[in-house]
Amino acid sequence: MNIVVAMKQIPDLQQIRIRERKPVLSGVPLTFGLIDKNALEAGIQLKEATGGNLIVVSAGNEEVEETIKEALAVGADEAYLAADNALSDFDSAQNAQILAGLIKKIDDPGIIIFGEGSGDNYSGQVGTRVAEILGLPSVAYVSRITIKDHIATLVRSLEDADEFLEVRLPCIVTVLGDINEPRLPSVTQVLKAGKKRREVFALSDLGIEISASAVSTISELAPISQRKQIALKSLDELLNALQTEGFLRR
Amino acid sequence: MMAGMLIYSDKQNIALELLTAARLLKNATGLKINALTVNDDEQASALSGSGADVYKITDDGLSLADANVIAEIVKQAAEKAEADIIFLGSNRRGKELAGRLAQKMGAGCLTDVGGLAIEEGKIEYTRNSLGGATVARQQITTSRQVIALSPHAFEAAGTAAAGNILALDTTRPETAVKLAEIKNRNTGAVDIQNADILVIVGQGVEKEDLAHASAIAKALGGEVACSKPVATDKKWFPEDVIVGLSGKQCRPQLAIIFGVSGQVQFTVGIRDAHTIAAVNNDENAFIFQLADYSMVADSKEVLPGLAKALN
Ligand SMILES: Cc1cc2nc3c(=O)[nH]c(=O)nc-3n(C[C@H](O)[C@H](O)[C@H](O)COP(=O)(O)OP(=O)(O)OC[C@H]3O[C@@H](n4cnc5c(N)ncnc54)[C@H](O)[C@@H]3O)c2cc1C
Ligand SMILES: Cc1cc2nc3c(=O)[nH]c(=O)nc-3n(C[C@H](O)[C@H](O)[C@H](O)COP(=O)(O)OP(=O)(O)OC[C@H]3O[C@@H](n4cnc5c(N)ncnc54)[C@H](O)[C@@H]3O)c2cc1C
Repeated sequence: MNIVVAMKQIPDLQQIRIRERKPVLSGVPLTFGLIDKNALEAGIQLKEATGGNLIVVSAGNEEVEETIKEALAVGADEAYLAADNALSDFDSAQNAQILAGLIKKIDDPGIIIFGEGSGDNYSGQVGTRVAEILGLPSVAYVSRITIKDHIATLVRSLEDADEFLEVRLPCIVTVLGDINEPRLPSVTQVLKAGKKRREVFALSDLGIEISASAVSTISELAPISQRKQIALKSLDELLNALQTEGFLRR
Repeated sequence: MMAGMLIYSDKQNIALELLTAARLLKNATGLKINALTVNDDEQASALSGSGADVYKITDDGLSLADANVIAEIVKQAAEKAEADIIFLGSNRRGKELAGRLAQKMGAGCLTDVGGLAIEEGKIEYTRNSLGGATVARQQITTSRQVIALSPHAFEAAGTAAAGNILALDTTRPETAVKLAEIKNRNTGAVDIQNADILVIVGQGVEKEDLAHASAIAKALGGEVACSKPVATDKKWFPEDVIVGLSGKQCRPQLAIIFGVSGQVQFTVGIRDAHTIAAVNNDENAFIFQLADYSMVADSKEVLPGLAKALN
């Protein structure tokens, strides 16, 4: 059985500066979203428990061939990539079509793990869209996974309840950020990562028809924040401020 | 040609908010509104009591646990209602459904939508991007659209002349997701989105000072909320008092924030507060960029001190 993990490269959010309300993305390195690292860790733990082969899939601009080393170093065995600079402007539906195309190239996918939301856009659509395209069952917001005899036993954590579920493989899950604590790669793992198998596909290799984009972005600006920016030096000054603002009832 | 809108959420309060949003569009476009309820008579009468025409599905064998099954049913209801725009709630159930449904319907989809407006005859939606650092204004270019609206982004619809309730028959696929058990989590009765005052604690607060945070909140007539790791890693609070991108978006009159670094995924949940005071022992903490009142200090001192002064 192959365990598949989908990871999306995003600009390192910590390094994005805002200039004239616009995000400055040039020069910002690409990395994987935090929750996608949890998805990878979940995959590694299942690999350790079941002995499967772990494949990461990712679609992105050509830098994805470099970014993916991070996932190979941490513990993925192979990578299937769609690398095309057109991908930077694709919407969730188009990304889902491409990922579904990549997953179809994989023999015997057992469990396919996504993050609950990507690190930048966090729309939470891609996993369930891929499930629909591939005709697979799916469970989102998963906080626990075990696999036995081709059945996945899952916990879905909703806002107010936990559901205990069983699904026959193959299936798609999307995981929550608190499902685990992602491990870091050792130095030898980082060195070996470059030698692991990477299958890179052009969009034309995938044999899929990609629909037109359904989303058009009119503007993307940082919100205006107008704050008083007053420094307080003592507890008394804090109390005074609360008093002046009218929050102390006495 | 757009004919109508359909609203659906598993939660009654969210469904009533969707109704408000749909009415905003109806006023501008004349599109008709239908609501859908699944095995929830109470919600059906609440929606009808707020003036919505409701399709009501009653089917004991139907479980919400399989998003594929629900998506199929919502799709059939949309066809019946001739609806091209589907409004869902952006709670976890709603977001899980959104992707499936959009894919089934060939629809463009936005989730976590916080606002909508008509600009030059087109519907424009706003949502956060880049983890909350930016707000994007977006349109859907396909004729069909699935839009998941953030809880509390719109007021719940009030009562109005009753709408019709119509039983709807749908055919559903076999479920592939077997539900063994549901355990309700103790979510407490605290609703941080309705609090006027929030005392918010982050990882820079020690466990023994939580009682002081509660005392401050109580004295000011507010509630205690927290950053994500305080609930998910430390488990000091239930997840429903998390402020931020994956928690709640709050607009209190006052937020006093202790020991939170101020990453965008947090600040997006509190930046609409009227007044913000922040206490952090790192003078360069991002949180200060968002604060009306900044105090470089140790929360171990300010929390007990403020609690004492207010009580
Ligand atoms: C400002 C702005 C706003 C945008 N808003 C929208 C929008 O509202 N709707 C929309 O359709 N598009 C939108 N886009 C385009 C969007 O960034 C891309 O469609 C994005 O690649 C889709 O990811 P997502 O954030 O929807 O993924 P999600 O559905 O949040 O991702 C869930 C999981 O799917 C997997 N995954 C997602 N994408 C990939 C990938 N490329 N490779 C590998 N794994 C992946 C990961 O495991 C991830 O954790 C926007 C773009 C910009 C610049
Ligand atoms: C997709 C995604 C969604 C997320 N959603 C959310 C969300 O909804 N809400 C959320 O909060 N986070 C969210 N996060 C996590 C977020 O990025 C931050 O990791 C988190 O907000 C950090 O919490 P914190 O500020 O409490 O902790 P830290 O970042 O550890 O900060 C602790 C702060 O306390 C200060 N401090 C330490 N000791 C003291 C002291 N004695 N006195 C005073 N100050 C002290 C430190 O200087 C520091 O600034 C999300 C992340 C991702 C990737």
